[in-house]
Amino acid sequence: MKVVLSHLTKIYPSRTKGGKPVRAVDDFTFEIPDGKLIGLLGPSGCGKSTTLNLISGLETPTDGKIYFGDTDVTGLPPEKRGVGLVFQNYALYPHLTVRENIRFPLENFRGKDKLTNEEMDRRALEAAKLVQIDGLMERKPAQMSGGQQQRVAIARALVKMPRVLLLDEPLSNLDARLRLQTREELRRIQNETGITTVFVTHDQEEAMSISDMIVVMEKGVVRQIGAPQEVYDDPKNLFVAKFLGTPPINVFRGSVKAGRLMIGSEAVLDIKGVPDGDITVGIRPEGFVLNENGRFTCDLTRVEVMGRDTSVVSTHKCMEGVSVRSIIPSEDKVKSGRTVRFDLKPAKVHLFDAKTGERVYYEVAK
Amino acid sequence: MKNKVSVGKVLIYIFLTIWAIMVIFPFYWMVLTSIKSYSSYNGEYVPQFFTLSPTLENYVAAFTQVPLAKYFLNTLIFTIITTAVMLVVVILAAFAFARLEFKGKDLVFTLFLSLMMIPNELVIITNFQTITSLGMRNTFLGLILPSITSIFYIYLLKENFAEIPDELYKAAKVDGTSDFKYLVKVMIPISQPTIVTITILKVIECWNSYVWPRLITDDEAYFLVSNGIQEIRENGFGRENIPAMMAAVVVISLPLIILFLIFRKKIMAGVSRGGTKG
Amino acid sequence: MKNNLKGWLYLLPAIVFLAVFMVYPLIDVFIYSVEEGYNSASQTYFGVGLFNFNYVLRDPYFLQAVKNTLILVVITVPLSTGLALLISLGLSSIKKLQDLFQTIYFLPYVTNTLAVGLVFMILFKPTAYSEGLVNLLINFFGGRSVDFIDGPYWAKMFVLCFYTIWIVMPFKILILTSALASVNRDYYKVAQVDATPSWRVFTKITLPMISPMIFYLVITGFIGAFKAYSDAVALFGTNLNAAGMNTIVGYVYDMLYGDSGGYPSYASAAALVLFAIVLTITTVNLLVSKKNAHY
Repeated sequence: MKVVLSHLTKIYPSRTKGGKPVRAVDDFTFEIPDGKLIGLLGPSGCGKSTTLNLISGLETPTDGKIYFGDTDVTGLPPEKRGVGLVFQNYALYPHLTVRENIRFPLENFRGKDKLTNEEMDRRALEAAKLVQIDGLMERKPAQMSGGQQQRVAIARALVKMPRVLLLDEPLSNLDARLRLQTREELRRIQNETGITTVFVTHDQEEAMSISDMIVVMEKGVVRQIGAPQEVYDDPKNLFVAKFLGTPPINVFRGSVKAGRLMIGSEAVLDIKGVPDGDITVGIRPEGFVLNENGRFTCDLTRVEVMGRDTSVVSTHKCMEGVSVRSIIPSEDKVKSGRTVRFDLKPAKVHLFDAKTGERVYYEVAK
Repeated sequence: MKNKVSVGKVLIYIFLTIWAIMVIFPFYWMVLTSIKSYSSYNGEYVPQFFTLSPTLENYVAAFTQVPLAKYFLNTLIFTIITTAVMLVVVILAAFAFARLEFKGKDLVFTLFLSLMMIPNELVIITNFQTITSLGMRNTFLGLILPSITSIFYIYLLKENFAEIPDELYKAAKVDGTSDFKYLVKVMIPISQPTIVTITILKVIECWNSYVWPRLITDDEAYFLVSNGIQEIRENGFGRENIPAMMAAVVVISLPLIILFLIFRKKIMAGVSRGGTKG
Repeated sequence: MKNNLKGWLYLLPAIVFLAVFMVYPLIDVFIYSVEEGYNSASQTYFGVGLFNFNYVLRDPYFLQAVKNTLILVVITVPLSTGLALLISLGLSSIKKLQDLFQTIYFLPYVTNTLAVGLVFMILFKPTAYSEGLVNLLINFFGGRSVDFIDGPYWAKMFVLCFYTIWIVMPFKILILTSALASVNRDYYKVAQVDATPSWRVFTKITLPMISPMIFYLVITGFIGAFKAYSDAVALFGTNLNAAGMNTIVGYVYDMLYGDSGGYPSYASAAALVLFAIVLTITTVNLLVSKKNAHY
């Protein structure tokens, strides 16, 4: 089932008197292909959860349309849409056992859809098997680990065979190890069931590792949509560039002078196709190559050894933020001293308009 | 050093024990007197602190010479119906305040809270006139109707309902659960401890209520235990039969004391959350 | 629109009950209080004015009731709060038997005021057969017997105060004990490390920490004591005016019903006077507690 969002907009009235109304979601248009897993990504308050609530029908849009397949569901209440919902805090009914929790949605079926007791138990067990908790059917939520509870929540969302599965920060309450495990588990379940899935998270690593496509949002506006690697390699604007990647991209105030990209007084790259003037320079941590005669000089703070590679922490007067982080292979040894010099990999150096933050494309001059 | 500390401890224990005796003694005295025979009680110029010939004759007298069983039954009916109806009213209202969205909700809630400060003494006058003019004196309806409203319990339960995460409601909504079904199947079971507390507190309140029943009943057939005991005291056994009176007092006090001993933790927790007596 | 209706539907029973038995009476009590010469039987009155207040405020029974109530309030509120604080401090400093003591102390809360009042009466009252246990104790220490139930005013007032304190203690002990238990243990550890003497720990840490609860108890104590009634009935019987031990609330009910009843206008005026007193004292209390609150 493909899901189409067309000019979706949600405006909340201001909470304070005389304040401005809040545009939680602003003109969101996107077609989620059938059977794909989409990661909605952004900092808290960016409108990703609101988008999810709009798809589920818990909230109605101020403007725009939502289609499941070719059917317009914009006016349908949540229970008529056939969506499954999983929350960060699991939202299991604490007084019911695992079996009763999973059965709960089925008990709401009425009329011709009404199921027999045996049928409900059979389907609950099936869903439990899918998430591998069929051995815990008689437990209460409080007697289970966070990871197990989240599996129950997923089973409860899946048991009624939803057309769309919606996950709201499903892994955020889990500890690091469980998060990784459940993440893979989610991917497997999604692959097995083939249900179109929308996944909301503020954790970019999570979104990139699991999603077929990611949607990066900021203040209600979609900033970029694409395959995870594509969005990382080719950010459309400074916000997306900053938001993706750990450690984050290093941002400098620079300028272009006669075909040379300047940071401070150093010409770090020779480029074509960009007019002279101020420019914002973003350099990914892996875009630095250690070179004693390199064109870019930073003041060395310290070297952090991380095993597989080495992180060089330094400062630069044109830096936005505290320190420059560069990742180099651990074979490259940094000479102790007050400064460290690099060459830059052009593919990892992105330029942005100093005012708007929009990406400025350039060619490398040979 | 160590010695000094334990002397302090001993003094504390002595002090606490004295108050414990002050509390327990009336109960002890009431049970003791109730099992002394009429003649032996009145024969003791210096009352004995124990008795070697306990008797149940006073209990027999309490149930046969005065309509204690009737008072008891009346109170039971009054307590059960009042508490049950109150629960329904309170649960529905708390649910509306905690879960439903509608125009004017905040305003009504504020009005409810401000009514909480109105003392019973102010409204009881008109209620007395209302019930009287409706011809409901000496009826259970007249006893029960004005005793049902309990804004404080609505407030208590609303707070409890509001603690249930929104996500549970959203999940239920997406699964097609109606509001009423969500209330019955999810909110009430989750809030069961609070509901039990409210029930117990209301039962205590009903069992001990005196003022309203006194105003609204003058037919002995509708007396509750509080009025009954006052009636027994003033016109009771034809003579001042204190042992029999004490037997009646024991019978009246026992249900709540048993209830308390069973639900001790719940009652104390409930009361410390804001129940004042009366 | 549909949702609006649903919300009001769920609220409907509560609103109906409140409107009929709280809001309407609340308005009505003001109306009654200014209707002069209201007759319960014919439901007629012949004038509007402040005569009812005038009458009540000159009625010796009412003045006696006010005097009794004030004495009761002034004696029982500080005594019971102080005693409860001492007991709670004692309770929170012991481990063994703490549960048992707590359970015992709570018992008066769940007892029927009228019923247990009878026990107090027989303990204090001399009869034809015996002086009563309390008087025997007094005699034992060389004192003279007093009739606490039908005797001198001070003796009756003593029993009333004693019984009132006995009745209100459970609530106060419970509140103070849980307040003491909720004081973060870390403060005490820090104080211990700093070698703070225990009286200083009490006045500088414990007392300020539980002061909101003490104020809460004082305020509810005032309100409760001003509304005293059933404890007096339990000890002295329903004819409190004859015993000279009536309270303001008792006066209201007597005006409404009983041998001297049938005067809802006087009752309303008296109830409003009571409400005004309670409101004033509560406001003063709140202002004082705001000024002195430690955080």
